[in-house]
Amino acid sequence: MDNDEFVISMLVNNEAGVLTRVSGLFARRDFNIDSLSVGVTEQPGLSRITITAHGDDYLKDQIIKQLAKLQDVKVVKPMPFNNSVMRELLLIKVQADRDTRSALLEAASVFRAKVVDLKSDSIILEITGERSKCEAFIEYLRPYGIVELCRTGLTSISRGLKPLKDSKSFVEENSAKE
Amino acid sequence: MKITGAELIIRALISEGVDCVFGYPGGAVLNIYDELYKFSAQIKHIATCHEQGAVHAADGYARVSGKVGVVIATSGPGATNLVTGIANAYLDSVPLVAITGNVACPFIGKDSFQEVDITGVTMPITKHNYIVKDVNRLGDVIHQAFAIARSGRPGPVLIDIPKDVQQCECEYVEYIHQPAPVATNGRSTLRKAAEQINDCKRPYIYIGGGVIKSNATEELLEFADRIDAPIGSSMMGLAAVPHDHPRFLGMTGMHGKYAASQILAESDLLIAIGTRFSDRATGNKTEFTKGKKVIHIDIDPSEIGKNIPAYVALLGDVKTVLQQLLAGVKQRNRPSWRQAVQAIKDSSDNRLEMPPDQLNPETVIKAVRRHASDDTVVCTDVGQHQMWTAQYYDFSRPRTFITSGGLGAMGFGMGAAIGACFGTGGRKTILFTSDGSFHMNMNELATAVSNQLPLVIVLLNNNALGMVRQWQAMFFEQRYSNTSLARRTDYVRLAEAMGAVGFKVDTLSQLEPALAKAFAETGPVLIEVTIDQDAKVLPMIPPNGTIHDIILKA
Ligand SMILES: Cc1ncc(C[n+]2csc(CCOP(=O)(O)OP(=O)(O)O)c2C)c(N)n1
Ligand SMILES: [Mg+2]
Repeated sequence: MDNDEFVISMLVNNEAGVLTRVSGLFARRDFNIDSLSVGVTEQPGLSRITITAHGDDYLKDQIIKQLAKLQDVKVVKPMPFNNSVMRELLLIKVQADRDTRSALLEAASVFRAKVVDLKSDSIILEITGERSKCEAFIEYLRPYGIVELCRTGLTSISRGLKPLKDSKSFVEENSAKE
Repeated sequence: MKITGAELIIRALISEGVDCVFGYPGGAVLNIYDELYKFSAQIKHIATCHEQGAVHAADGYARVSGKVGVVIATSGPGATNLVTGIANAYLDSVPLVAITGNVACPFIGKDSFQEVDITGVTMPITKHNYIVKDVNRLGDVIHQAFAIARSGRPGPVLIDIPKDVQQCECEYVEYIHQPAPVATNGRSTLRKAAEQINDCKRPYIYIGGGVIKSNATEELLEFADRIDAPIGSSMMGLAAVPHDHPRFLGMTGMHGKYAASQILAESDLLIAIGTRFSDRATGNKTEFTKGKKVIHIDIDPSEIGKNIPAYVALLGDVKTVLQQLLAGVKQRNRPSWRQAVQAIKDSSDNRLEMPPDQLNPETVIKAVRRHASDDTVVCTDVGQHQMWTAQYYDFSRPRTFITSGGLGAMGFGMGAAIGACFGTGGRKTILFTSDGSFHMNMNELATAVSNQLPLVIVLLNNNALGMVRQWQAMFFEQRYSNTSLARRTDYVRLAEAMGAVGFKVDTLSQLEPALAKAFAETGPVLIEVTIDQDAKVLPMIPPNGTIHDIILKA
């Protein structure tokens, strides 16, 4: 993991066009992001978007402040690496014949990956974990011949009871700062 | 009570305090226009010649009045004609609600006649936008749109309303306003700012348009007196401080006063108030703040640190923040700084004057000023004439200088001037324009005539796209590509043909009589004033430059 990487989570109105607003903002402000994941939450009207990006504090600060200005973004927060659970799902299809199959199965068990499909000439493995784990797995499998792979992008949740929706908005936080 | 979506729109506008809207009818807004017909006693609708004129008018109306400007256009071409005006309002933080019709819901997404995804088009240039497909949401959306347009840092909001939603019946519930949360500042931040101000030696107050939007002139002047600091202004901040106020240095930046930029460079504390540090105002951003700390006051948190790092940031409405600061800053007397400031103000570099015995931009603008009163609104188009107006016109009251700052949109002036006439309840309004910009939206002269607006148009005719030509002269070895357009327009006859009054001024002696007659007219007047094609806007700090690069002579 690069040390200038950061993860930002936000709750957004579950309305048509919200993803366009968020991704359009990145494009026009020239914010390069590495991954974006989105899905529904426990609250009916809200979706949760998690993005990863890398850059300096200026970039991180601007991404958060500009996102906070979008009317459909209800909460936006950086996720601290030391106090959040971060996971990504990887599906990877690798060439597999009689000679390599057992080595691949062994690798899967060491990495705690699941075998989700097995054919005479290929195998599909599923792994969930932090980004570095997925990356290590990909590297390990590369010599066997990766046919294709797909990743969901990172999603993240903070440790402890307090949910993201109870975070203070930027305005509230600034007012409270002493 | 059941009413149609179209009637609901009008009732919602009325409950938002709207009594004047600008627009242009068409197929997808027929129902709205039918309601405008019925409600014409409560809401006046001004039909312009082009939707761009209408949206600039709504913008000018909003800037002079401080109210939300409203514009209505039909789907497709009507909606796309609004785009420049919406972007203009976005970049200058002008509260605006644009209402567009669209094809009926079942026709959306089928490339139907006059169908355009205007919410998609305007997403990057609005604070927010909506397409309302359920009439039961319409009331809420309109009121939210007004709240968003006027709250925090103001800006445009677009509401796209398909035709069938306008025709559907629904229940209208009167809306109860809820004030939006405003950022406030912790005591320690305020204390830190006050300490910096109390302890600095050479403070400089740099103001932007936020001071005008927040109606904070009084607090600003008290603050400047208290801390004994000079005031410089971005173009958008002009008119916030009277031109002859002893602390006022004038405009900073690319075409600003020498003293305003030089004194800024010598300061050790820059107190930036309601400004976003545009590149046109700062030049080279690292040099701009060298040797000084910055206190940045703004209502938009994302402006803090965006262009210039802030040592202390104070969030909120400028007026409120200044009141909070005034409670903590001490009375100061800084005679040596005052002296240094005065010396720079008095230096010859700060007195670039054009010959007073010639017909030139300065003599024209000064002469026009003598015919105007302190509350006369002055609009401009974009180019050299705009900069000359900013430099030579003596502004006395906030909201009397209406110009396209962030977007720099030629063609803004005619629409804006029309809107300003309505926004001030019919006060005399001046438009400084030039041949290039005027040709962009001169059709709107017809609107001014239909409404007999008290508009004096002063067209500084240099027979050139002067500002671009100036750059070609200075940076492209006088290769005048497409900037001397050799138009044959006879402006006097044009004005007369459109029902206005026209004058032509070729010599200084013709100026006074023409102005006297023009200002005596009650309806629109156009005065064409011939000026030198090679006249330059000076001083000039080249793009990304510093005060050391300032060009004082042509
Ligand atoms: C819509 C638009 N197109 C192009 C430009 C680029 N531009 C900036 S100033 C200028 C020349 C303006 O000419 P004119 O209105 O005659 O004013 P002058 O500089 O002669 O006073 C041009 C073309 C612009 N600002 N806006
Ligand atoms: Mg010109």
